[in-house]
Amino acid sequence: MAELLKIEDLTICPASAPSRKLVSNVSFSIEPGKTTCVVGESGSGKSLTALSVMGLLSKQLVRTNGRVLFQGQDLADLSTEEMRKIRGRQIGMIFQEPMTSLNPVLTIGFQIGEPLTVHLGLKGDALKAKVNVLLEQVGIPAHRANSYPDELSGGQRQRVMIAMSIACEPLMLIADEPTTALDVTVQAQILSLLDNLKTSMNMGMLLITHDFGVVADVADDVVVMFRGEVVEAGSVAQVLNKPKHPYTKALLACVPDAEGKKPLKPIDYAWLKNEQVPA
Amino acid sequence: MSEFILKARDLNKFYTQRSGRFGFGTKQVKALDNVNLELRHASTLAVVGESGSGKSTLARCLLQLQPLDGGSVFFQGRDLAELPANELRKQRRHLQMIFQDPFASLNPRMKVGEIVEEGLLIHDLGTKNERFEKALKMLKRVGLAESDLNKYPHEFSGGQRQRIGIARALVLEPKVVVCDEPVSALDVSIQAQILLLLKELQQEMSLSYIFISHDLRVVRHIADEVAVMHQGKIVEKGSIQEVYESPKQQYTQNLLKAIPGQKRQLA
Repeated sequence: MAELLKIEDLTICPASAPSRKLVSNVSFSIEPGKTTCVVGESGSGKSLTALSVMGLLSKQLVRTNGRVLFQGQDLADLSTEEMRKIRGRQIGMIFQEPMTSLNPVLTIGFQIGEPLTVHLGLKGDALKAKVNVLLEQVGIPAHRANSYPDELSGGQRQRVMIAMSIACEPLMLIADEPTTALDVTVQAQILSLLDNLKTSMNMGMLLITHDFGVVADVADDVVVMFRGEVVEAGSVAQVLNKPKHPYTKALLACVPDAEGKKPLKPIDYAWLKNEQVPA
Repeated sequence: MSEFILKARDLNKFYTQRSGRFGFGTKQVKALDNVNLELRHASTLAVVGESGSGKSTLARCLLQLQPLDGGSVFFQGRDLAELPANELRKQRRHLQMIFQDPFASLNPRMKVGEIVEEGLLIHDLGTKNERFEKALKMLKRVGLAESDLNKYPHEFSGGQRQRIGIARALVLEPKVVVCDEPVSALDVSIQAQILLLLKELQQEMSLSYIFISHDLRVVRHIADEVAVMHQGKIVEKGSIQEVYESPKQQYTQNLLKAIPGQKRQLA
């Protein structure tokens, strides 16, 4: 099987202004066992693209064109009930804010177990055992299952989010800036955890980030978005080492390198407008 | 005058935390544990560390925005804690701060012109016209237009608001500026603009920066010297080259190893 997820000509507009395209003709695909990173500045449409895959777009936004095919099936054709069965079961999602995306009044063990009960019907001891395995997998001691989110650090909460999202062994994982709120050392741990899980479970991963360092470490393929459009897509080596599009070049020139040798160059948006875009 | 414009000696700061069953017990947390720092004139000293390491507490304590539990901060050789309140207030003009969150640190009910001018008014510098001219000049210098004077902060993007925050701090022509994570809330492209602006302004106005950050890549670009904080202590300090190329402490080595983008080389 080639693609796990295929996005074709995805276009998203506000319901009130159908001519204003927030995401415009976005196409890319994700293969099993591979990580595709979507990079771009705030407002470039990366999160909207991810949310629309999950069918979680706000009601004020509408998909005016394009298809999202998951294993060959258009997700838009599914009923709410059918979509609910895919969400969390076959496609997992990790949100950016580990502080706000957990329920503060439920133990983390309960929250990790919830998708297992809902999708797989696990109960009692079997459920407990599976939750413990998951906690261990993400590096949290099993006895913390009875802790509440406020008793955990930011990194641990993000691990809980990961445990929840991989609980049902989804075929695909969408991670929206999973490490942006975290310290560098914790970020490195979480990224290598995700990378290992991807390999061991042969998951396809859609990782949204604005950090080219993260891209360089974990991506197989890269999609660069700018003002709602995909300006460049390709393998990580090609996009980072031989960028074709002037925007990609300009964006890379803004990134401080770890050696501190490269001078920083901010993006000149006016110049970018006049620049010829290679086909 | 010595080559150091700001010196911190044995800074200590404790926070009392409730602990134990029902919070009846108390526990002392050392936010600053015998911190010593020297900031050279017209140079940048970066303070790096993970969240909770005490770097923001250090920033606030250096500027006497928070009382210390021990130690002294010397600005141009004078102990700030010894100064009488009105004298300290005068010195504050020379000690300014640029905040992390450009959304929370500007008063939403004041116009940009008023925000930038306010410091001059408080310190009673110049006539009304001179103040206006100065504020306008500063705003233009940070890349905003005259027409922006009458706008409110919500009308600006994050990067523009950070520019307003910089103008607000620098209009007083300070000597020491503490920048507490000034670019961590910004996109990389905007981050590069702000970093370059800070560097240019440093040269023009011979500013000395304390640059608080958790991003070691950014620090490498902007700082001359760096101090690494961990659990309230400075575990290592030295020139950028020393610390980045031959870190002595295990903690520093781990931090450097965690910088993303090292598994594969960027273009």
